[in-house]
Amino acid sequence: MSIRGKAFVAGIYEHPCRGAANKTLAQLHAEIAKGAIADAGLSMGDVDAYFCAGDAPGLGPLNMIEYLGLQNVRHMDSTETGGSSYLVHVNHAAQAIAAGHCNIALITLAGRPLADAKEGKSGGFHNTEAPDFPFEAPFGANVANMYAMCAKRHMHEFGTTSEQLAWIKVAASHHAQYNENARLRNIVTVDEVLASPMIADPLHRLDCCVITDGGGGLVVVSEAVARGLRRPLVKVLGAGEAPKHLSAGRVDLTFSGARWSGPKAFEEAGVTAKDIKYASIYDSFTITVLETIEDLGFCEKGAGGRFVSDGNLISGVGRLPFNTDGGGLCNNHPGNRGGMTKVIEAVRQVRGVAHPRVQVPDCDIALAHGTGGLLGSRMGSATLILGNQDA
Amino acid sequence: MSNLNEIKRRVVTNVENKPFWEAAGQGRLMVGFCNACGENHYYPRSICPICYSTDTELKETSGLGQIYSFSVTRQADPPHIIAYVTLNEGVTMLTNIVDCDAGTLRIGQRVRVHFVEAEDGCAIPMFSPL
Repeated sequence: MSIRGKAFVAGIYEHPCRGAANKTLAQLHAEIAKGAIADAGLSMGDVDAYFCAGDAPGLGPLNMIEYLGLQNVRHMDSTETGGSSYLVHVNHAAQAIAAGHCNIALITLAGRPLADAKEGKSGGFHNTEAPDFPFEAPFGANVANMYAMCAKRHMHEFGTTSEQLAWIKVAASHHAQYNENARLRNIVTVDEVLASPMIADPLHRLDCCVITDGGGGLVVVSEAVARGLRRPLVKVLGAGEAPKHLSAGRVDLTFSGARWSGPKAFEEAGVTAKDIKYASIYDSFTITVLETIEDLGFCEKGAGGRFVSDGNLISGVGRLPFNTDGGGLCNNHPGNRGGMTKVIEAVRQVRGVAHPRVQVPDCDIALAHGTGGLLGSRMGSATLILGNQDA
Repeated sequence: MSNLNEIKRRVVTNVENKPFWEAAGQGRLMVGFCNACGENHYYPRSICPICYSTDTELKETSGLGQIYSFSVTRQADPPHIIAYVTLNEGVTMLTNIVDCDAGTLRIGQRVRVHFVEAEDGCAIPMFSPL
């Protein structure tokens, strides 16, 4: 069963805070839930489905459903694929709506890694019970160096350069200057990216996303509900999800799970990469964007370095406007999970309410993509294609 | 130069992976091998992740391979080098490169396993350039 046209994103909310020392995790989720529901023009009592991921405190969705006082939930889902979870949730919500299991799905994400660090709480993603853990932890694997090895191999196979990767950050910074909530609003140059401290060679500090507290929420509804809300109609056209892993030692770091999630989403939506007017691309690191753009078919494998150069990702300048909120590289990466904000900015673009300086004209079809976990080992990839009412 | 003696890490062993780490303690680098499908796999598992046979065992490797990719963290002292090494036996494993000049490392470089003693008496398979 296809989800094409069966569900609509009716509500979005990005928490404006970037530091949340004075708020609990549950409180952040609740503020976000209220914000998203209000944006949709609904009330909390209307919610009949709740989705959250591993960032939510408690046992799956249960503790937050209680905290939020939800009384009418008949569908719940706590699928956890790291930062891409919320794109998967939109897909699952659309499937549940298409199957008649619910009509109004609330999805929330919140995190406070900065506040947690100050309070001495560890924020690591490691699960020592994971079977791979003993074979990776002794070698000092961390987020940065696991992505760095992808960049190094991509450079080796395709001649990609640090300058080309830097263009991705440069483009994000051009967009972030217009976002008053962005963590980093200064425009940076390729030279400034290259001059920033090397974190894990070949990735510099400015190749890495920001760390922020905060979060975001979405409300996904049936067509009947959407048409009664008198809000801009943002239709879910298609979705794809795919894990990628180390394949028992047959390792290839030059591509992501987008190679599989992308085609599924495009097929369901009935569109191709050429139809995409705007793309939110998960940007934990610059290399994440580069590999994903290739895997989604915006250019050939290996040509990503040339594709992203010279401002080609800058709205109003290049062929593929991306992350017009500033993305994770400059705006927000709440709870170290960037998927939610990817969907939110894609919805803003389709609504036509992104900042006027970065709004893509006639943005009838947009894409959002998430990469959860680690590009250098195992990841959950998720692609979502959204359109306006005519799409 | 990475100093072998300064690298001390802890290994989490369990009933499934203990034979791998015991072999490592004896200076032998093992991969998973499936008697049913004849394929190597890494990390080793009790059920073959390729054909799902339970007829798996550990197979000793040559300890030789080449660097698939790596990353140097220079802020660490000594510089910390994480790498994927593709063994001559065909599977690629996460490891560290030690006893080397970080500035001259390259993808494709031939390396040999070098067991480094860990905090709890385990030996961890790292690699050095040939």
